[in-house]
Amino acid sequence: MKPTETILLDHGSGGRASQELIKNIFLSYLANPVLSCLEDSALVDTGAGQLAFTTDSYVVDPIFFPGGDIGELAINGTINDLAMRGAEPICLSLGLILEEGFALEDLKRVIVSIQGACRRAVVPVVTGDTKVVPRGKGDKIFINTSGIGLVDRGIHISAKNARPGDAVILSGSMGDHGITILAQRAGISLQGNLRSDTMALHRLVQKMLAGAPGAVHTLRDPTRGGVATSLNEIAETAQVAVELDESAIPVRPEVAAACEILGMDPLYLANEGKCLALVAKEHASRLVELMRSLPEGADAAVIGRVTKGPAGRVLLNTVAGGTRIVQSLTGEPLPRIC
Amino acid sequence: MKYVSEFRDKKYIVPLVDELRKTIDRPLRIMEVCGTHTMAIFRHGLRSLMPEGLELISGPGCPVCVTSSAHIDGFIEVANREGVRVAIFGDLFRVPGSQGSLARAQSMGAQVEVVYSPMDALTLAGKYPQQMTVFLSVGFETTIPLVAATILEAERLKVDNFAVFSAHKIMPPALTALLGDPELRLDGLLCPGHVSTIIGAAAYEPLAANYRLSCVVAGFEPVDVLQAIIMLARQAREGRAEVENAYGRAVSWQGNLRAQKLMHDVFEPVDCQWRGLGTIPASGMAIREPFSRFDAEKRFAIRLTETPEPKGCLCGQILKGRKSPADCPLFAGRCTPVNPVGPCMVSSEGTCAAHYRFGLAG
Amino acid sequence: MCLAVPMRVIAVRGVENDFTIPQVGVVEAQGIEKEVRLDLVDRWPEIGDYLIIHAGFAIHTLDAADAETNLRLLREMADGVRAGAGGEKQ
Repeated sequence: MKPTETILLDHGSGGRASQELIKNIFLSYLANPVLSCLEDSALVDTGAGQLAFTTDSYVVDPIFFPGGDIGELAINGTINDLAMRGAEPICLSLGLILEEGFALEDLKRVIVSIQGACRRAVVPVVTGDTKVVPRGKGDKIFINTSGIGLVDRGIHISAKNARPGDAVILSGSMGDHGITILAQRAGISLQGNLRSDTMALHRLVQKMLAGAPGAVHTLRDPTRGGVATSLNEIAETAQVAVELDESAIPVRPEVAAACEILGMDPLYLANEGKCLALVAKEHASRLVELMRSLPEGADAAVIGRVTKGPAGRVLLNTVAGGTRIVQSLTGEPLPRIC
Repeated sequence: MKYVSEFRDKKYIVPLVDELRKTIDRPLRIMEVCGTHTMAIFRHGLRSLMPEGLELISGPGCPVCVTSSAHIDGFIEVANREGVRVAIFGDLFRVPGSQGSLARAQSMGAQVEVVYSPMDALTLAGKYPQQMTVFLSVGFETTIPLVAATILEAERLKVDNFAVFSAHKIMPPALTALLGDPELRLDGLLCPGHVSTIIGAAAYEPLAANYRLSCVVAGFEPVDVLQAIIMLARQAREGRAEVENAYGRAVSWQGNLRAQKLMHDVFEPVDCQWRGLGTIPASGMAIREPFSRFDAEKRFAIRLTETPEPKGCLCGQILKGRKSPADCPLFAGRCTPVNPVGPCMVSSEGTCAAHYRFGLAG
Repeated sequence: MCLAVPMRVIAVRGVENDFTIPQVGVVEAQGIEKEVRLDLVDRWPEIGDYLIIHAGFAIHTLDAADAETNLRLLREMADGVRAGAGGEKQ
């Protein structure tokens, strides 16, 4: 690290730059056996039971977007981080950082949206905090939510449990949230039916776990960095390889078109209501069927398989019939013209 | 998407690959000039389908990669001026100059906006009347007419807080400089599709004649690329060296005369430094005198200083197709997409970035 | 070096060769709509035409006849290969 180095937006992109920050700074000072797992939520054994604990901050701009807003995102995102360890979410905290001058009406709109998300998920906010920063020191509203859940002792969901032969399932179409936010940016303004997919997934996960006990090995919600980065992380952690079939990966036609126009790859775009499930092959079709019975998993599909190695490699069989390696995201995806 | 998905269809690709295999009767070295071709070839995994004996070399056709670090330094100097907001294509954001990138400049307080179109940069000027909006412009013939049209629009609307910093480059002089290199030994040139939309397939005739080189204009879908390579292989087999057009739906023989005129109305050729290739005569496009009030370089009195290439970096050789990224001692070690040293690692269509990101299967 | 995509024209505003008003069209692909500039097009488009769009500008009115001919030849080639393969089996 050079003394002149500063934080760049890329460090928050969920890609390689974020991983380097975690490894070089956070883990080198704060490492412990629980933190170092780097899963979506930490599992803490209390003696009385297994607690899942997670936290996440939301700084999305614009704060209102087609399909949702920052409030709904903050509830669903943290619930999903709990769900990805097989936890039953119990309660959430809500921390707000508001910028001086932020319209009270917009705040109310965000809170009403949080109310709706909590009711639908049946998970309450039980504690909270508010801070206000001077105008220009924040951007309208930042939200932090933490969540606590309970994990049944018989449930073992972890990135390291992925094993060769597993089927890779994606719970629905890829890239909807990421492209929706990008299309809202000033100077891009694509019109059309693009909507964030923000959605809580705990009921979907509970149904999967109950429907095929022991069959689900790994769950991950491919948020920032997209499906590509999540699968690279899993392959790295479990020391396995993943092979994907491009033609099997669901992408809505309007998302695909927006990606072509802006030069984006949907594999790297954020999702806020989707999960990747690596499951025992023999249960894959049963699980897909179960997932499709819920609105959250209506477009679930097997998109690939786990293979022995080389460890950490994600390979894509392209629509054109070729193969290529899929790497982690590097920095924040930007529209390109070249 | 119509006119896209059909040209990706496996049912055509399988027989095309078969046809290519049958056509090739000796090892062939083909250069894809265009960075978007490099990207398409990787994205669709086409290298894994290529028959043995067919070598694809990536040329200098990524406008971001060939932008000299002197230009990047000049861009950053403008971005750091008081009261200036710069607008860029996303591709330019992470490109390193000698003192860091625009991403770094933004983190230190410069106002950098990513836009989709140069016209969006002009819109920004209207939105922030107290500030000067400067479009930091890189691009080849495909993009230059757009910037010309934007400058003409700024003039029509009498906008006085908008300027363009032109690092534009044109393709034919660079190709001529490249092909003059006796070590290159090319059997064919896969010519850039959308540059040719503007300049026309005819623009490659002097190259075909002077260097006895097969030139085929290609589109960007897998079917387009394969059809063009087959045409190059046929020329090689039959001993022909001609210009052919495999992208008729987007490219005509004469090109887009209206766009050419607009480009030449606003811009004029100047000598220009290319990263890795050095200074090439009349290969840049500068804003003509009547439009000089839109010329950021003049308005801010920027002096470009030539800067040496980073130590150990092989980008210059890689851009010429002489070396491959794997030959570079910095590749994937000191030079990665997170911390790029050379230009080929920076742009997503850069040869090194494409190699790093998409890798080679197997 | 230059990303450009074909999109269908659904509206044309402005008039050919009249540069005093913005020459703008609305194009569409899979329900995604975008306003683009027509200043550079080589053939003034009609509704239903496809334009090649680069960075917010139409740079070419797509030659649909050429595309269809190309696709027809591709189909014939693919069918020929299939017929050939079938023949070998018999």
